[in-house]
Amino acid sequence: MDTAKNAPENPFRSRGGALVWRERALFSLFRAATYCILLCGALVLGNIVFKGAGTVFSSRFPFVNTTFFTEAPETLHVFEYEGAAHRLGDRDYRAFRATETARAAAEGRPAPRFTNEQAIVYSAGGILPCIVGTLLLVAGSMTIALVLGVASAIYLSEYAKSGPVVRVIRLAILNLAGVPSIVFGLFGFGMFVIFFGWNVSLMAGWFTLAFMVLPVVITAGEESLKAVPRGFREGSLALGATKWQTIRKAVLPCALPGILTSSILGIARVAGETAPIMFTAAYVVRDKLPWQVSEISDFFFQGVMALPYHIYVVSSKIPQNEHTERVQYGSALVFLLLVALIAAASIILRARLRRAYKW
Amino acid sequence: MTLPPPRTPKIENRESKIAPPAPVRTLIEITGLDFYYSEKKALDDIHLRLPEKRVTAFIGPSGCGKSTLLRCLNRMNDLIDGTAIRRGSIKINGIDINRPDVDPIELRKRVGMVFQKSNPFPKSIYENIAYGLRIQGINTKSRLDEVVERSLRGAALWDEVKDRLHESGLGLSGGQQQRLCIARALAVGPEIILMDEPCSALDPIATAKIEELIHELKRRYTLIIVTHSMQQAARCSDFTAFFYLGRLIEHADTRTIFMSPSNPQTEAYVSGRFG
Repeated sequence: MDTAKNAPENPFRSRGGALVWRERALFSLFRAATYCILLCGALVLGNIVFKGAGTVFSSRFPFVNTTFFTEAPETLHVFEYEGAAHRLGDRDYRAFRATETARAAAEGRPAPRFTNEQAIVYSAGGILPCIVGTLLLVAGSMTIALVLGVASAIYLSEYAKSGPVVRVIRLAILNLAGVPSIVFGLFGFGMFVIFFGWNVSLMAGWFTLAFMVLPVVITAGEESLKAVPRGFREGSLALGATKWQTIRKAVLPCALPGILTSSILGIARVAGETAPIMFTAAYVVRDKLPWQVSEISDFFFQGVMALPYHIYVVSSKIPQNEHTERVQYGSALVFLLLVALIAAASIILRARLRRAYKW
Repeated sequence: MTLPPPRTPKIENRESKIAPPAPVRTLIEITGLDFYYSEKKALDDIHLRLPEKRVTAFIGPSGCGKSTLLRCLNRMNDLIDGTAIRRGSIKINGIDINRPDVDPIELRKRVGMVFQKSNPFPKSIYENIAYGLRIQGINTKSRLDEVVERSLRGAALWDEVKDRLHESGLGLSGGQQQRLCIARALAVGPEIILMDEPCSALDPIATAKIEELIHELKRRYTLIIVTHSMQQAARCSDFTAFFYLGRLIEHADTRTIFMSPSNPQTEAYVSGRFG
């Protein structure tokens, strides 16, 4: 057995020095950068959750503020009456005022006087129409974008012969992806709202948003179709299938999970963008829900309320004071949860498809 | 685990090697075929007659055009941009398959194909076989059941998978997957089956099973096999065609090609001196 004394010198011993220090410094820098991002994310999320939780959740069963999810926005009335401070939504305020007036009249007193009265728009009630509107916008525009996008992806990757025309089309699609969303909003306004005469409507919003995410869907579609092994195509064609049958039954099912993966990003974008819908689809306020209409066409050709636009309105279009924060952060939190929920749903759908068609 | 005993050649095969089969009907007739990938000539003046209900092997070094010729027979090359037959013809049963009134879809139903890499669809075993019928609009359950069983039996796979027909075809072993692909091709009722290096990705045991199957299949089908393995060509084909640099060098019954080839290039290739 060797003793430490006559053991041979270790040739693998660390040389130490600047190289090692540089390694460590760089590694720490990268780690710090990552943690920095994490911190920013946590701050943003934490702020919204902290300030919005009071509006969205409640300490009593069922632990959510049902009013916030089931009612339309109302004007908030803040006033003092007979020495007590009151905060009431518009309908409650009217009812309160009516009963008090009646009571005063019965008792032969003069009409009641509310002091320090303030009316703050949209700061009471809930945001149901906004949730509904956003869901409708996402569902409709993603349907349109997927149908159009998958169709063109199939054309580009399966049918079109590669050449200058296809190159130009691809370039155009890439350019489309770089167009700022406000420009899409303007385009939608000019094209659908004015030229097609759809006015500010759900339809105009659907198509504007769909065009905005089309590049994402088409690119994702092409990539996913290309990733399907050639063997599936050849196998199908060799059995006497037509090209369309091959695409429909052997290629598309395998490509769908990939298309959906990228569309999830599209969903978050469609739900989140304010600019494209502010000229095309969003109403500041609409009392009735989209389907509470006398004619079916009104469903498509009336605007809707939408969460991002509502947040924009309540945080910049109305006078700010201590009573407006409730709905701002409440809406923001609900909005985050909603987008997370939609994304989770599509991830589950994707996982199921992938299980069925993995190779 | 014990190794299977060494395979003895089938009697039928040995007979065919002793006495070449009686003259058989020519099913496929290739005359003066020139084939191009864009400007590159891949096949040069191929003349070949392939007999019905026999196994013909295409051998030759990589890039010699044997797979290209195989894919001409069911017009799979149509799918590749820039390919063209510039001269010559391929006739099956006397019909030129490149005539404008020949629908490649119909052709491929009669000329099935099995690929180098087994390519079952990511569907159940049952649906893999039923695929070819479903695309023809046949969806009757009893009819599908019948064809699925017949095809799987035809591909010597029925006993192994009959209890798990509705499990994914991708759960099978490599050799089983390849037999599933053969069964899938049988289901549409072809006359001719083209096999493009069907065993190149398989182990020797799975290869032996496929070769056994080939012996079975030639009773009812005309088979053409592209192979890199000369032993395989020697074991399971009746006729062999040797290709080199896009030309057909020699075509004769398999015994002649391997025992006494008339062309020195063939002799060099089959004896393993190049390729």
